[in-house]
Amino acid sequence: MSEEPVSTGLLSERVEDIEIHLLLEGLYRRYHYDFRNYAQASIKRRLRQAREQLGYRSISALQHDVLHDPDMLPRLLSYLTVQVSEVFRDPSYFKAIREKVIPHLRTYPSLRIWIAGCSTGEELYSFVILFREEGLEQRTLFYATDINQDALAKAEAGIYDLDRFQLFTENHRKSGGKSSLSDYYTAAYGKGAFDKSLRNRVVFSDHSLVTDAVFAEMHLISCRNVLIYFDRPLQDRAVGLFKDSLARKGFLGLGSKESLRFSQHTASFSELAPGDKIYQRLDR
Amino acid sequence: MSDRSHQALPPEAIVIGASAGALQALSELLPLLPADYPLPILIVVHIRPDRDSVLAHLFQSKCAISVREAEDKEPIQPGTAYFAPPDYHLLVEQDHTLSLSSEEPVFFSRPSIDVLFESAADAYGEGLTGLVLTGANQDGALGLKTIVDAGGTAIVQNPQGAYATAMPEAAIAQCPQAKIMTIEDISAYLLDLGRNHPGRNSRA
Ligand SMILES: C[S@@+](CC[C@H](N)C(=O)[O-])C[C@H]1O[C@@H](n2cnc3c(N)ncnc32)[C@H](O)[C@@H]1O
Repeated sequence: MSEEPVSTGLLSERVEDIEIHLLLEGLYRRYHYDFRNYAQASIKRRLRQAREQLGYRSISALQHDVLHDPDMLPRLLSYLTVQVSEVFRDPSYFKAIREKVIPHLRTYPSLRIWIAGCSTGEELYSFVILFREEGLEQRTLFYATDINQDALAKAEAGIYDLDRFQLFTENHRKSGGKSSLSDYYTAAYGKGAFDKSLRNRVVFSDHSLVTDAVFAEMHLISCRNVLIYFDRPLQDRAVGLFKDSLARKGFLGLGSKESLRFSQHTASFSELAPGDKIYQRLDR
Repeated sequence: MSDRSHQALPPEAIVIGASAGALQALSELLPLLPADYPLPILIVVHIRPDRDSVLAHLFQSKCAISVREAEDKEPIQPGTAYFAPPDYHLLVEQDHTLSLSSEEPVFFSRPSIDVLFESAADAYGEGLTGLVLTGANQDGALGLKTIVDAGGTAIVQNPQGAYATAMPEAAIAQCPQAKIMTIEDISAYLLDLGRNHPGRNSRA
């Protein structure tokens, strides 16, 4: 009979939901990227953006090209994964790490730190600088992981627009920084490049909190502003992964609006710095 | 005065967006709502990202309904007003829970009114009432149109009485179907929505 109205009424909304479901299913089966249980409202918003900005009439038309052309995948992933970060984002979090977590970590001869969902690297550099300032860098191995390859490549390059460094510097100072941020980067041609010595003890790798398993025993895991993109069961899976990879009495830091309150693993953690969302794994 | 009585489905939720002048405008609306107000209210106010969340605290003490800052994955409750936290977008999921997002600002704003309105329109359809109040930018205009397109109701504060006119004007331009009301009329309208609501006495 006739096609569905192109109006944005309820009827065509449902078609869009079907398309989104099929695209996410296709992405999983073709490329093993699993967005099926992400919080849907923001996935929907970002798929609408991708459709518009990449010039497609419908999400199914976009799906066609993504399934047939692997080169389209990174372009779509840049929409599906939110890449927003800052060096020393939420200074009070890093201040709490300094004051409440570092004293515990000092007692270990060697340390492993996991920055999960490290995006373009801002959070990683914050930790390396902090550990250098606290004299712990040399005994620490940092694991920086994300599912977005382009973001990981940027993290590894450590180059950011110079106009962001004013904010970075301010954040670093507010976090209780013991040195000047300018000691750690060089500025040229409108960019600021972090010193490559900051990467001496960093391992970058592709790792998904949705589909991959635990890979080492960690003393501190920082996973900020990643869980908000997951639905509740997926959050539980990720937190379970953190629990399993934390050493006894290891630490877990979340984003400022994330918490373990609704998690099935709440009972496995104590709150070390409730306002700053830093938890400690309880002994079993 | 309510023209919603013919509708098969009762209203389910209210979303409000406001910017410059928001505190004054909201102070004239929220404290009037009774403790057993049956609808949830989701609110985005533009506020500087480094500001601690003060809005919920501020209104908690003035209001009979409960007021809090939205938390990620929390189920939306009737009779509760939720403020978007500073520096996060607030979205409504299909199952009527809330989620937060730190994706890019929209019109330089995070939280963004458009982001809340669009997701709420998807989740509530014709059960949603959207309000654009005072403000000096254009956030909320597209979102309000989305609400109308999904069958919901759009209300804009009359720019004449608004502290800042740009936001209501942009909303009216984008969404000519919107009802234009003074703050007093909006108060009466919201009270009416609640009074005629079938859920009013079953939940308290
Ligand atoms: C908003 S950024 C957070 C950046 C940084 N942690 C911060 O708080 O500043 C979210 C990151 O999570 C990553 N991500 C999304 N899904 C993921 C998954 N399943 N496993 C690991 N990382 C994921 C995205 O690629 C993105 O880089």
